[in-house]
Amino acid sequence: MQRKECVAMLLAGGQGSRLGVLTKKLAKPAVPFGGRYRIIDFTLSNCNNSGFDTVGVLTQYQPLALNTYIGIGSHWDLDRKNGGVTVLPPFVKEMGGEWYKGTANAIYQNIEYVDRYNPKYLLVLSGDHIYKMDYSLMLDFHKEKQADATIAVIEVPWQEASGFGIMNTAKDARIIEFEEKPTVPKSNLASMGVYIFNWGILKGYLEKDENNPRSSNDFGKNIIPMMLQAGQRMFAYPFKGYWRDVGTIESLWQANMDLLSESPLLNLNDQEWRIYSVTPHHPPQYIAASADVNCSLINEGCMVYGSVYNSILFPGVYLGKGSTIRDSVIMPNVRIGENVTIEKAIVGVDTQIEDQCKIGCLDEFCQKCNELCSKITVVEGNIVVSGGQALKKSCKFDCKVG
Amino acid sequence: MKDVMGIINLMENEDYLKELSYHRPVAAVPFGGRYRMIDFVLSNMVNSGIRNVGILVQHQYRALMDHLGRGKEWDLDRKRDGLFFLPPSQYNNQGIYHWDLRHFYNHLDYINYSRHKYVLISGVNVLCNINYQEAFKFHQAMQADITIIYKDIENQSINLTQSHFVDTVEDGRIIGIEISPAKTTSNKMSMEMFIMKKSLLVDLINSCHSRGECDMVRDGFIKNLHRLRVFGFPYQGYLATINSVPSYYKHSMDLLKPEIWRKLFYDQGKIFTKTKDGPPTKYNEGAKVSNALVANDCIINGIVENSVVFRGVKVGKGAHIKDSIIMQKCEIQENATVEHVIADKGVIITKDKHLKGEEHYPLVIKKRTVI
Repeated sequence: MQRKECVAMLLAGGQGSRLGVLTKKLAKPAVPFGGRYRIIDFTLSNCNNSGFDTVGVLTQYQPLALNTYIGIGSHWDLDRKNGGVTVLPPFVKEMGGEWYKGTANAIYQNIEYVDRYNPKYLLVLSGDHIYKMDYSLMLDFHKEKQADATIAVIEVPWQEASGFGIMNTAKDARIIEFEEKPTVPKSNLASMGVYIFNWGILKGYLEKDENNPRSSNDFGKNIIPMMLQAGQRMFAYPFKGYWRDVGTIESLWQANMDLLSESPLLNLNDQEWRIYSVTPHHPPQYIAASADVNCSLINEGCMVYGSVYNSILFPGVYLGKGSTIRDSVIMPNVRIGENVTIEKAIVGVDTQIEDQCKIGCLDEFCQKCNELCSKITVVEGNIVVSGGQALKKSCKFDCKVG
Repeated sequence: MKDVMGIINLMENEDYLKELSYHRPVAAVPFGGRYRMIDFVLSNMVNSGIRNVGILVQHQYRALMDHLGRGKEWDLDRKRDGLFFLPPSQYNNQGIYHWDLRHFYNHLDYINYSRHKYVLISGVNVLCNINYQEAFKFHQAMQADITIIYKDIENQSINLTQSHFVDTVEDGRIIGIEISPAKTTSNKMSMEMFIMKKSLLVDLINSCHSRGECDMVRDGFIKNLHRLRVFGFPYQGYLATINSVPSYYKHSMDLLKPEIWRKLFYDQGKIFTKTKDGPPTKYNEGAKVSNALVANDCIINGIVENSVVFRGVKVGKGAHIKDSIIMQKCEIQENATVEHVIADKGVIITKDKHLKGEEHYPLVIKKRTVI
């Protein structure tokens, strides 16, 4: 096996339980995003665009959709003779096997995979963030600082800082302290979950961590603090640009909506930094004479007879006459009948919504149940919502319309 | 269909699509928002189970090779079989007929050494969504030597004088073939898709070659009608014959009828094409789109009406596109108006310009023109 300077390990085994029904049958990285992508497309495309061609993808929770989606990596140009994408699920060993206990343990269990390429550096990524980043610049930074570990950080608003892993740094960007979700943050530099390690050094810590039965085998909780304590040279690489954790329904919806502004912070039209994905081979979208489309993203294979405002339609969506969609995300192959209203909702794949349904609502206050109901309504994938039903996130009743 | 190989014949005797085909073969002419003409026949072959396709290309085939590559999008990048380009021999470029057997003769080795028993030959200017399995079953059931797939044309709104017509008797046997008749006696238009044993094709190539004859249909089929069992298989689905700029325009506009959209793109299988990984199409404030076919990767700020818009098109604020075909990467800038226009790839219509063609004579704008 030809030596590689740097191998990337992509952690894609998370359940993403906060995404509720959307991750019932899917791992979080496989959740559709942005009209024609899945969340993992951003990280895989970043790898290819940064010139990293050896990527191990660690899967565990509901891997079927993810594994078939990744395939041999050809859609991201990562089908390589030497290197390329390798899907790494947990496996049985001579002395029995076990599930990945944590992010660090997942890498530990695949030391053999990394060692095959005998790399100098290891890039650790997570498959549940939306961003465009050139990892090769971060590697240059890592080399320049002669670091043992480099952690990518992004400035977050101070009031939100207590929700992140916060890095406290010295003037030269050296990390002096790491605090996981501090109540009183001393800095607003949040860890993006992107790490570069010197592989030889990291391997030692992974082994040490594995021997500690009380460790939760996690990079943020165990490995990073342990390395800091031991006085390793650790630096914070400042990233500027759009980066979002889409781990909750609210953040997933908001990140989708971010794409709809006239010049979005995350530019998908950038020819120099394409986000690749698996193409479903649909014909162009058909916008009928009765349709009205504004401030929206629409995809191939869609047939639109109704009105779409501030929304995203994934490929193969059918929208019947007289129906209106506002501020919503409609996932692939959803069929929506006539005179349906969908507001502030996420509708899962292959779901069918029959005529006269009312899904979600934009009103701040619900007249029917006297409650605040500005929450996002999520409709599960692969179901049929029969005609005339009303579904609302925070309503107490599934009140029939009319 | 494991036993059948496909040959796609791209020989053309004239530039019948004018500006659209001066610099590219008809096979590479963009159609339907994101496809090229050849995508249809190639996808049909693949969807029918054919795993080996040779393409007899004419001059200027770079655009085509760029589009097809190794055939990955059609699942034809195989270790064995797959996609083959059969380029013309350098010394044999004079007097090309559409069904010139001399090109087949140049590639006799490829035809001979493939391990398939049958061959399906087709051109590219008849667009349809057909599964060849039925026609192949018919071919075997009739113990035919040659099966020609044809379509019953009821009302001819389009000039089809360049097409072949067949005359059949009750059991489907063909008793006459007319090539480009001035006045047609039959309404069975040959789709120029032929099924036969490979050995028969090789015989026809050799015998015609030895007699100095060259046209497969005229010299190979018509002269042997009495000797060979030649049958016609009726195709029932939708088809579009592209043989002129007006027919190209008409059939493009027909895609705006949802039933035709569905028939051509989904009937028997999906139509594959080179993927571009473009983002979804963005409709900004001020976009007003009605009755339009729009591909991905467009940014729309203006009005689009009764039109086909290809991938990567930018429509500026206040711009108005009406009854037009706008190909990939065109830019219609602010307040520009186009009506009955076919804009080839990369055309830029600058601010405030107005361009207008006629319904029966659409204005074709050459590739990369800036107006």
